[in-house]
Amino acid sequence: MPDRPDPTDAVTAVPTVLAEDGVLLREGLVALLERFGFPVAAAVGDARTLTEAVAEHRPALVVTDIRMPPDHTDEGLRAAAELRRSHPGLAVVALSQYVELSYASDLLDSGDGAGVGYLLKQRVGDVREFASVLRRVVEGGTFVDPEVVRQLLRRSSDPLERLTEREREVLALMAEGHSNGAIARRLVVSDAAVGKHVGNILAKLDLPPDDNIHRRVQAVLAYLRASAD
Amino acid sequence: MNEHTDTGAPRGHPDAPDTVLRAMLRPRFLLTAWPWRAAAFTAGSMVVLGVLVSVAAPLYTPWVLSLGLVLSTPDTFFGGAGVALVLVGLALGALFGPLVGLVLGTVDRWRLGLIDDDVPPSGHRPVTEPGPGAWLRVRYTEAATWREVAHVALSPVVLGLTAFVLGSLIPLALILVASPLLLTTPGEAVALGPVTLTTPQEALPYALAAPVLLVIALYANALLAGVHGLITRALVTGPPPEELRAELSEVTDSRARLVGAFEYERRRIERDLHDGAQQKLVAIQMDLGLARLDLQEDSGADRRVAAAHARTGELIDDLRELVRGIHPRVLVDRGLPAALGELADHNPSPVTVDADLPHRLPAHVEATAYFVAAEALTNAHKHTEARNVTVHARVDGLRPRQRLTLEVSDDGPGGADARRGSGLTGMSDRVAVMGGTMELSSPPGGPTRVRVELPCQTDPTPQTP
Repeated sequence: MPDRPDPTDAVTAVPTVLAEDGVLLREGLVALLERFGFPVAAAVGDARTLTEAVAEHRPALVVTDIRMPPDHTDEGLRAAAELRRSHPGLAVVALSQYVELSYASDLLDSGDGAGVGYLLKQRVGDVREFASVLRRVVEGGTFVDPEVVRQLLRRSSDPLERLTEREREVLALMAEGHSNGAIARRLVVSDAAVGKHVGNILAKLDLPPDDNIHRRVQAVLAYLRASAD
Repeated sequence: MNEHTDTGAPRGHPDAPDTVLRAMLRPRFLLTAWPWRAAAFTAGSMVVLGVLVSVAAPLYTPWVLSLGLVLSTPDTFFGGAGVALVLVGLALGALFGPLVGLVLGTVDRWRLGLIDDDVPPSGHRPVTEPGPGAWLRVRYTEAATWREVAHVALSPVVLGLTAFVLGSLIPLALILVASPLLLTTPGEAVALGPVTLTTPQEALPYALAAPVLLVIALYANALLAGVHGLITRALVTGPPPEELRAELSEVTDSRARLVGAFEYERRRIERDLHDGAQQKLVAIQMDLGLARLDLQEDSGADRRVAAAHARTGELIDDLRELVRGIHPRVLVDRGLPAALGELADHNPSPVTVDADLPHRLPAHVEATAYFVAAEALTNAHKHTEARNVTVHARVDGLRPRQRLTLEVSDDGPGGADARRGSGLTGMSDRVAVMGGTMELSSPPGGPTRVRVELPCQTDPTPQTP
């Protein structure tokens, strides 16, 4: 008997549609999703069928590969962005072979940036972490692959220059969808300190600290926009 | 031979003949300048013949003697004397033939203009290194020189034949014209083969035949000069410039195809690794991750699976780096600006990318520009202490003659040597094959600047299936 708590315990099942053209990986992903409480309504191999499957099954989450037949470029990404427009509230996690900032910004620009995840395909190997990302995205969070954030922070674009080392760390964690409390625990500082950093970041990025719930997402978006072009 | 349809016939009328041989086939040949041009050519030929047999006599003597020996006493020839003569002839020919050939070739190329309106340049290579040694080395080892030696050997035969034919025809015509006058003196007789003329009355019809003979002589001369011209053209001139250009562009095309095929292979390998090996590894890693869920934490099996899981992750990272070096996926999918951006992100020092391109470029242009930028960035990082590197790309001109300009500059101390960075040398070859140019400027004190210009012609590579 496994002595670990079953990950599907005490969570609501999230109907999911999966699009991945590699058969091996698709089967593995289906097993993974089912195991973590994301029952797969349909597992398809190209962008067109993905759109049809979403229309048919009305899932809460779409997990899609960015590169798919027929052209093997960014069909999955375009389909995902389209789906987010036609199905408001649909959470989408896109898997990418490599870090491409413009992919990330295309995706985050769709809808209001909430309920979106962009991560490297290889992250699925880390099954628990991957499942937790899916969960965060379904709950309305935004997740950008740490690699994307790492690259963003390396870029010598203007808004970045204005942030302190600590603020960049905080922004990186914000981009991964962590709450202030979680960030505080990770950095071993107080919640108040994190709140102050977040305020500074938003100010430095010229984002007015109003009550908009998506300010955090906006902060990440501002970076992506500033850096992707 | 040259087919002159619209560009030919440089003088006068579009379909005017351009060689004496073509001209003599026309009915009004005698009314043109061609017979007299041929005559001038032949007069020159006789001077050449005189100079050749006097100055270059040592070259010919052994062969003339050999010929005489073979014809008179073959036994002596094959007994050893002949062999000695042939060896001497060969040695002299090998030593001095090229020198005589070069002079005769130059003279005859120039004279050829008398009977040919379109003389190609010599087939000699330019000598790039200074000094007489280099000159001799190049001249004695190129085919053009030895063709000129053959010309030296053949010339006396053709010239001798010309001298014999014209030397018979012209004096005969002169005698016919003069015979009525000569026969006015009683007792004189003119012998013309079987006929012997003794009176002016008898000679008169023959004298009237003289102009006919002259016409025959002019045609004969034109024919001989024309044949001589053909031989000269074949032996002392190189291929016509347009043929040379055609060959050159064919060579360039085939090299471009080669580069294209190479590029195609890289893309294929990249795709196979990406879609094959990498996907399988990710699937394996995922399976290992799922397996761990069912294993008792920190049990032996769990530790082993965890280690395998971690190592698979490392392998995926390694493979990703490898694939990026072969042909970055982002270049295929998103084009040059995105690929340059990714390149900048992987560079240890900060890089500013300014690449605003109006549209996608042919795959081989994108790939070459990308790898040049990668090489330049590597060099900037390895050999200099550059803190700021700028990559600038832009497209100029109108389709289909657009050019991509890529410039990588850094604020390092300069003094970079193009020959030291073997990677950049390889890149400049690749750029050259595509008809582009590559410049490296790196004065001491900096800045170092690599600038590449590439024509954006249509992709010669096969399309990705």
